[in-house]
Amino acid sequence: MEKDTLLAVRGLTIQYETDSGVVHAVNGLDMELRHGETLGLVGETGAGKTTAALGIMRLLPEPPAKIQSGEILFKGEDVLKKSDAELRSMRGKKVAMIFQDPMTSLNPVLTVGEQIAEVIQLHERKSAAEAHVKAQEMLRLVGIPPERFSEYPHQFSGGMKQRVVIAIALACDPELLIADEPTTALDMTIQAQVLELMRSLRKELNTSMILITHDLGVVAEMCDRVAIVYAGEIVEQGTAHDVFNDTKHPYTMGLFGALPDLEGSEERLHPIPGLMPDPTHLPEGCRFSPRCPKRTDACVQTLPKNVETVPGHSVRCLLYEHGMQG
Amino acid sequence: MRKGNGEKRKDGLWTDAAKRFRKNKLAMAGLVMLAILILCALFANYIAPFHYDEQNLPAAFESPSLRHLMGTDNLGRDIFSRIIYGTRTSLSIALVAVLVATLAGGLMGAVAAFYGGVLDNVIMRFLDVFLAIPSTLLAIAIAAVLGPGVTNTVLAITIGQLPGLARIVRATVLSIKGEEYIRAARSIGAGNMRIIGLHILPNAMAPIIVQATLYVASAILSISSLSFIGLGIQPPTPEWGSMLSAGRAYIRDYWFIVAFPGLAIMATIFAFNLIGDGLRDALDPRLKN
Amino acid sequence: MHRYILKRLLMLIPVLLGVSLTVFALLYFSPGDVVDSIVAQGGVYSEEDAAQLREEFGLNKPFFIQYLSYIKGIVLHFDFGTSYLTKRSVTAEILDRFPTTVLLAVLGIGIAFAIGVPAGILSATRQYSMFDNIVTPISLLGVSMPGFWFGLMLIILFSVKLEWLPASGFYGPKYWILPALTIGFSAAAFIMRMTRSSMLEVIRQDYIRTARAKGQSERIIITKHALKNALIPIITSTGLQFGFMLGGSILAESVFAISGLGKLILDGIKARNYPVVQGGILFIAFVFSFVNLLVDVIYAYADPQIKSQYVRKRRRDK
Repeated sequence: MEKDTLLAVRGLTIQYETDSGVVHAVNGLDMELRHGETLGLVGETGAGKTTAALGIMRLLPEPPAKIQSGEILFKGEDVLKKSDAELRSMRGKKVAMIFQDPMTSLNPVLTVGEQIAEVIQLHERKSAAEAHVKAQEMLRLVGIPPERFSEYPHQFSGGMKQRVVIAIALACDPELLIADEPTTALDMTIQAQVLELMRSLRKELNTSMILITHDLGVVAEMCDRVAIVYAGEIVEQGTAHDVFNDTKHPYTMGLFGALPDLEGSEERLHPIPGLMPDPTHLPEGCRFSPRCPKRTDACVQTLPKNVETVPGHSVRCLLYEHGMQG
Repeated sequence: MRKGNGEKRKDGLWTDAAKRFRKNKLAMAGLVMLAILILCALFANYIAPFHYDEQNLPAAFESPSLRHLMGTDNLGRDIFSRIIYGTRTSLSIALVAVLVATLAGGLMGAVAAFYGGVLDNVIMRFLDVFLAIPSTLLAIAIAAVLGPGVTNTVLAITIGQLPGLARIVRATVLSIKGEEYIRAARSIGAGNMRIIGLHILPNAMAPIIVQATLYVASAILSISSLSFIGLGIQPPTPEWGSMLSAGRAYIRDYWFIVAFPGLAIMATIFAFNLIGDGLRDALDPRLKN
Repeated sequence: MHRYILKRLLMLIPVLLGVSLTVFALLYFSPGDVVDSIVAQGGVYSEEDAAQLREEFGLNKPFFIQYLSYIKGIVLHFDFGTSYLTKRSVTAEILDRFPTTVLLAVLGIGIAFAIGVPAGILSATRQYSMFDNIVTPISLLGVSMPGFWFGLMLIILFSVKLEWLPASGFYGPKYWILPALTIGFSAAAFIMRMTRSSMLEVIRQDYIRTARAKGQSERIIITKHALKNALIPIITSTGLQFGFMLGGSILAESVFAISGLGKLILDGIKARNYPVVQGGILFIAFVFSFVNLLVDVIYAYADPQIKSQYVRKRRRDK
């Protein structure tokens, strides 16, 4: 492992055991995040992005979820081997998370101030009064008047609530911030504000970040590197520049094809045909093969390996495996 | 996890619910218990070894034996037989009372919720008056006025349960009325009748059926309570509550006289509670714990 | 908040008037009156005596005159009329008995809350555990059990067989145990089920995950984050149970021969001593409504969303 690697996930496999069968949510996921970097985790709804993120935090409800195999190395230590107490001192302090829906992420019967102060008191040796002051600082930092400390979540709008959630996440200056679609539930204009806030705070605090999204525009704006997730595995990974300008995987190409082009050079969008595979019955071979325009017979039988086409840009597709061999 | 399996979702609400219900062991146990109770009620004269009023004074206070499974009471009547016949009394009164209360209360609640405004206010204020009296006390008061007897007990229980049911139906209809699909139906020009028949009624059915089942359980309790304090069913009609009332005097020496009728009440209420819970879980999977 | 309470109190007036009218009408139009039952008991012999008694009790006056004078008495002098049998004021009779019934209900609710809430929390946080698998069916049996029968069983066990506790009367703590258990057990089962389902609902919420993501311990997550939210419906059901207990005390008082309000009403019914019955029911309705109001106020305090509708917003907090 390289020295400046903050987080390395190897072969992570997570399943849900439900009444209607085993759901293969995450299937051998590999990814790496360096210090100070922002990694975009991109994929459709149901691709397993949130499950992977909750797995890193060890916040999955177990059961029904079950981490089958793999390792999650945070600063060289395997999160999967940590005790409950170690996990608690990691959560909120070293790794923090921002959730998708700010409307339900805050406790309705506690004031927003109490909820920020709570994480501060948990991880920093501070009195209640000091935590109160720090919480007010955090409110100011995310652009909320500190006087609103004693108000309840229902008195805030969605965007403001997400600012509070961000304040909670950043209150203890975590090394890694996992943001799970932090703007999906917000209005377009508010989205831009919240993203801008996250970008500036991240820079200010030098926090590394995993940004989960299905919005390639957000990735282009925020991320240094990108990992494209399909059916619980990463199909393409590289710098944002490489993935955007030298797209390798047919699925990634499909994602770009489904985006509207502002210059209007094309008449219409090209959505990817078909649907995400049923995670209880994943297809044999390449998971994307049923929808892939470049499918060959081999694709249906062989699960492609991860291939590094240029240093730092890897792809999981038989097209490139054969290219390398031939 | 988040996505269901596409092909399996073709069944309607009710077939789906029936499947879930069948999977629920406790609920099925309740259903079996209820089936047994109904059989007892229907065929009491074939199942019971004795007639409910067959006295045999020399054989009074006999402990449970093979001949008298649950012993005999102070008049030498077979307790087991009286309990079997008592099923008939309790089930029929409870079912009729809840059915009437659900229909009448449901109508009041639905009308109040659907039309709103003054009508809603008048109906609800009227019901508030009844809701201000705890339902046991209300049933007791009404039974006291009407006097004992089967018909009067039915009436007392019906009136005791009606306000609560009306309020539940009103809340259900109100919440359905606020749903987007009702607005959508209005926006395509559907009339009141169509909206009630096609949208509100089917969607309100599930919660109302669940509540009605649970109300049957509480009706069984009310019947036996009324009879226990001497207001409901009178001897010699076999009724579990009045059996308890009559057996109380002998509690010091003959435990079985009071133990078994109470167990019968409990088993019946338990069956309806199990079914009600099972129905709720089956009809609204979101609430499943 | 004061305005809300005041508004609710004002809204009680028409309801209680309605209750009084209903109860009064019910008893007025019911067949037979107190004189009939006195005659039946051989207290009065001649028709003339009976007629004179009716005159004396004011039973010959038209319905509304009787009703209005009844209400006037309550409003002006807190006078619920005079008992036909004891010739004492009904108010005094009710106030004599009321403390007993309230004590019984409070003990019952205390038992119910002390058992029901912790059991419900444990059951929910350890869903499908051994504890949950045992306690949850027991709680369903508990809510299915007729309280008065449970009381009789307690008497058989603790009074007749073991001879530990008295089977009747209400003269001291030793006497309180069985009646309080009788009305408390079903309520405990009910509150346990309510707590369990409410907790299960709450611990699935996103904000519980947020609390875990902060690194908070499970114990604090349950007590601080979850319980505070789960308590809101629990408060409501506890209040309702208290009301049921006031009504259900009739049965418990009958089983344990306790001279409480319930017994007063029941004896009144049997003797057609209607002023006592009316007064008793009205009094219970009044207490019941008041408890419900109290519950709503507590509810409003516990739920900031409701509270803020009534409390002037404190925008600036210093």
